[in-house]
Amino acid sequence: MAVIAEPVAKPVSRFHFILDRRGVFEAILVAPAIIYVLLLVGLPLLLAVYYSLSAYTIYNPTWKFVGLANFEQILQDPTFFDTLRNTFVFTFGSQLLGLVLGKFGAFLLLRPFPGRKIVRALIILPFAVPVALATIAWQWMFDSLYSVINWTLIAAGILTREDAPNWLGNPYLAMLCIVVINAWRFFPFAIVIFLAGITAVPQDVIDAATVDGAGFWRRNYQIILPMILPIVAIGLIFGIVFTFTDLSIVFLLTMGGPGGATSVLGFAGFQTGIVSGDVAHGAAISLFMLPVLLVVVIFMLRFIRRREI
Amino acid sequence: MSRPVARSFREAAFFLGVAIFVILSAFPFYWMVITAFKQNSDLYNIANTPFWFNESPTLEHIKYLFEETLFARWLLNSLIIGICVTAITLVTAVPAGYSLARMTSRRGEALGIFIFLTYLVPPTLLFLPLSRIIAELGLQNSMWSLVLVYPTFTIPFCSWLLMGFFKALPVEIEEAAIVDGCSLFGAFIKMAVPLSIPAILTVVIFTFTLTLQEFVYALTFVSSSDQKPITLGVSTDLIRGDVFFWGEIMAGALIAAVPVAIAYNLFLDRFIAGITGGAVK
Repeated sequence: MAVIAEPVAKPVSRFHFILDRRGVFEAILVAPAIIYVLLLVGLPLLLAVYYSLSAYTIYNPTWKFVGLANFEQILQDPTFFDTLRNTFVFTFGSQLLGLVLGKFGAFLLLRPFPGRKIVRALIILPFAVPVALATIAWQWMFDSLYSVINWTLIAAGILTREDAPNWLGNPYLAMLCIVVINAWRFFPFAIVIFLAGITAVPQDVIDAATVDGAGFWRRNYQIILPMILPIVAIGLIFGIVFTFTDLSIVFLLTMGGPGGATSVLGFAGFQTGIVSGDVAHGAAISLFMLPVLLVVVIFMLRFIRRREI
Repeated sequence: MSRPVARSFREAAFFLGVAIFVILSAFPFYWMVITAFKQNSDLYNIANTPFWFNESPTLEHIKYLFEETLFARWLLNSLIIGICVTAITLVTAVPAGYSLARMTSRRGEALGIFIFLTYLVPPTLLFLPLSRIIAELGLQNSMWSLVLVYPTFTIPFCSWLLMGFFKALPVEIEEAAIVDGCSLFGAFIKMAVPLSIPAILTVVIFTFTLTLQEFVYALTFVSSSDQKPITLGVSTDLIRGDVFFWGEIMAGALIAAVPVAIAYNLFLDRFIAGITGGAVK
């Protein structure tokens, strides 16, 4: 004989009336997270805007409003435009390189072969290793005297020790170095993004295209690429945002040098705002990142939304 | 060219490509390993082959790290920061993710996107005002400032990740619990949370690795050596003037990087699912 359990009458708690209203319940659950980010992201963001319009320094903490004077001063400084240009070169150079490498890498990893799991794990390494630690490993590889890259080039007979490049001492090479390191850091991410996108394309779509006579390139660029664009766009948002605002590679590898050749916005903001203690100007420099970030994010969000419908 | 020859040529090109990619990605990591175990006399001899041990490997650098530097302390700091941040993140992000997933109105969607976007607000935009706030709170130069600040990026990321997971969880399970006499909160705690243990585990791993990887806030807020987390300590404290202790630096980097690398490899697909959210359908 089946025994059906009697429903146990539960004592009704005082909070039931409030907590059992779905809207209230949902609001209460989401509130701590929202409050946390409002207090420690929203508020500081507003504060940053205010600092940039004030004369605040660590040595003279004042809330005196100076309008756009800080921005005017920054724009009169010729080195600032170098910093701005460096930031764009660094960001888009490394993203482009990372995307190309990512596309090729994804293409290789798409096909099953023995040892693919291990290969994948090794290729993911640059994205997994903390960037600060990876950067100092690269710094050691670019070392002026003990550079393993130079050693290899010399051993291969391509260079002599006399004309071996000083990677971080030459303005152009230093920029190349930070671009390469950042591309190196992000290309595994691009690979995985491409892979995730490609495997999400239904096989029958590809088969149908093949039957209709689409060759390899047509399939790749007219069918697969448009279908994976939304996910690639998301990957790019992250790549651009994180690169455009990063200072760790520059801070550890070149300190903005030689002669300001690799100074980027984040680094310049740090130098001015924290090292020199000029919070107002530092905040103003940092805020130059905001319009670019907003444009990127809005563009990408619209793009994603349009593609989904 | 005959067919089999062309075929094996293509195979060779394929594996050559794979090999190039593996070397490209893993070489700096290999370089850490080699440097960490090389004797100094071997390391600083230009005539030696840099790629392999010319003299016998040594544990000298690792010993030095633990005995003569604050390395053990940095490890401990990172562990404490990681555990505290993870706790804060779980307490806030699990309910938030659940709530966002169950909201049926457009407001829920908007709120979700808002939380996601805060993840994109960069530390380099916030470190100046935050350093003032931290000074006001008396936390400057203390690792507790990092415990306070790191949830600003772990909460958005994890809420978004969990939202995706909870959306995939059939709402009928909770509805059944409610019919059986559970409150809404009871259904969440007794049904949804236990079923989401795998997702919560992912969140724990990612929160932990994100805090280990962070550099900008640590650099800005912490300058006393004994308060530094490991990433900052290794990359700034093992340099005396112009002298880089390369063996020790690489050994330290290796010890800090290995757990993160393993965690990423195990959870990468979820990570991608987390940040791409609804993009793949």
